[in-house]
Amino acid sequence: MNAHPTLDTDDTRPAYNYAYLDEQTKRMIRRALLKAVAIPGYQVPFGSREMPLARGWGTGGIQVTAAIIGPADTLKVIDQGADDTTNAVSIRRFFERTADARTTEATGEATIIQTRHRIPEAPLSAGQIMVYQVPQPEPLRKLEPHEAETRKMHAWAEYGLMQVKLYENIARFGEVTTTYDYPVMVNGRYVMAPSPIPKFDNPKMHMSPALQLFGAGREKRIYALPPHTSVRSLDFDDHPFRIQSWSQPCGLCGASDSYLDEVITDDKGGRMFVCSDSHHCETRREAGHRGEMLGDAAALHLVEEIKP
Amino acid sequence: MTVHVSPPDAALDPAPLLSIARVSRFYGERIGCADVSFELWPGEVLGIVGESGSGKSTLLRCLAGIDRPDAGEVLFRGSGQPLDIYSVAEQERRRLMRTAWGIVHQNPRDGLRMDVSAGGNVGERLMDRGDRHYGQIRERALDWLARVEIAGERMDDRPRQFSGGMQQRLQIARVLVSEPKLVFMDEPTGGLDVSVQARLLDLLRVLVRDLGLAAIIVTHDLAVARLLTDRLMVMKDGHVVEQGLTDQVLDDPHHAYTQLLTSAVLSV
Repeated sequence: MNAHPTLDTDDTRPAYNYAYLDEQTKRMIRRALLKAVAIPGYQVPFGSREMPLARGWGTGGIQVTAAIIGPADTLKVIDQGADDTTNAVSIRRFFERTADARTTEATGEATIIQTRHRIPEAPLSAGQIMVYQVPQPEPLRKLEPHEAETRKMHAWAEYGLMQVKLYENIARFGEVTTTYDYPVMVNGRYVMAPSPIPKFDNPKMHMSPALQLFGAGREKRIYALPPHTSVRSLDFDDHPFRIQSWSQPCGLCGASDSYLDEVITDDKGGRMFVCSDSHHCETRREAGHRGEMLGDAAALHLVEEIKP
Repeated sequence: MTVHVSPPDAALDPAPLLSIARVSRFYGERIGCADVSFELWPGEVLGIVGESGSGKSTLLRCLAGIDRPDAGEVLFRGSGQPLDIYSVAEQERRRLMRTAWGIVHQNPRDGLRMDVSAGGNVGERLMDRGDRHYGQIRERALDWLARVEIAGERMDDRPRQFSGGMQQRLQIARVLVSEPKLVFMDEPTGGLDVSVQARLLDLLRVLVRDLGLAAIIVTHDLAVARLLTDRLMVMKDGHVVEQGLTDQVLDDPHHAYTQLLTSAVLSV
């Protein structure tokens, strides 16, 4: 009665392949990536795998990263612009464990930056790769529910309907109120959903020297922006595209040119605006920039006050 | 049983806008419409009448580029040479459907975007063809809403908030804004009460005359056909049984079925 072979306890092979995915899957994803880079903005279907992460938590981005990461890479992961949020921390640790990846919080040091919601404030450089986690890759989905129809619309560049959405915004609210996942025209050809980044970040994609890859795990789509690709946010001639602006600078570092989050500080209406890019904010504080509320925040041990 | 008549302005434009040759469409064993041929000249209004299930709507769908006929050809002369709409690429056919002709559906829900405002519905075709100036799009939309008697203040309301008659007029504005040469209407007055029908018919008559539109109107209502159309085609069981000038067909029907149809109308 020894039908079950016993596990060889001396087997030192790791339980998982390098970077979690098996080599065939990586090859399949790389093929999709190559096609995506060849046709900027075009959504390439791929065989999305089950990942040890809930769908909608970045399974698309994590698969793209797993397919491109190597031992020489340095990974940065951000969620809502911050390096220290739960999802960012666990994805970073996932690659530390499965790919022996060096990780960093410094934008400039990273070779791969996996992100949800933001593009770092520090300018990207050639050789860097941005990996976006995309929940809904189809920009026309809310307007046209049929997949067969949206594919035709992309195939023949029938994008009047996208403009109708912007028209509706202006007609109802006097301006385009879409503030995130703002549709863009890529290379003058494909309309693309830039994943839920704020429209503040849209101009950063235009002619960026970095390679930008987009992975949607649940929807099984990959698309890409090769370096130096034109990315134009859709608008009307008499209602040009505008990014968000704030009435006050960052409360911690005093930056007035970064994307700010509004943080409620007490139950008496107290609030402050802070940079959403946590690394950008820390870098500025280390360089001696001080926002008006830095003292208060340091007193509450919310941030460490850096003595210049 | 074909009566040859000169269309109203044949002298001005001798070439037909639409030439249909032996168009047939089958649903499995059953006939949708069979062996239909006719020509439509610019500015002409053609009515297709017949009872339910006689193949009127099937024919219309074939002509409008929605359903490919199983046999025959549909030639459309937009500008220059006649074009077989089913031999050109789907892309070109879709472009024609959005610009050169328009379809007014029986049920406004099929022709309108119910969660887009009236202005957006009318402006969509303009944005489709590449208009990117919000102010101008809005101005054109407002102008067209006025022409179909929808108050400007309702412009930002959604079609859901409109009555049936208003929805139908909005659908007409949405189609006509791109200045098509040809309009297909499938029972445009279906489901509307009589007084609303009368207003809509009045409006359609004025628009068709003013714009010099060619139109094909499918209806089972002979009064609608009498009021709007120049020429009439009577269909039964998928075949055209009689065609000719509207007054001629209605006042002096030759085919037994047409005689039955005209005598079946209630006169109050």
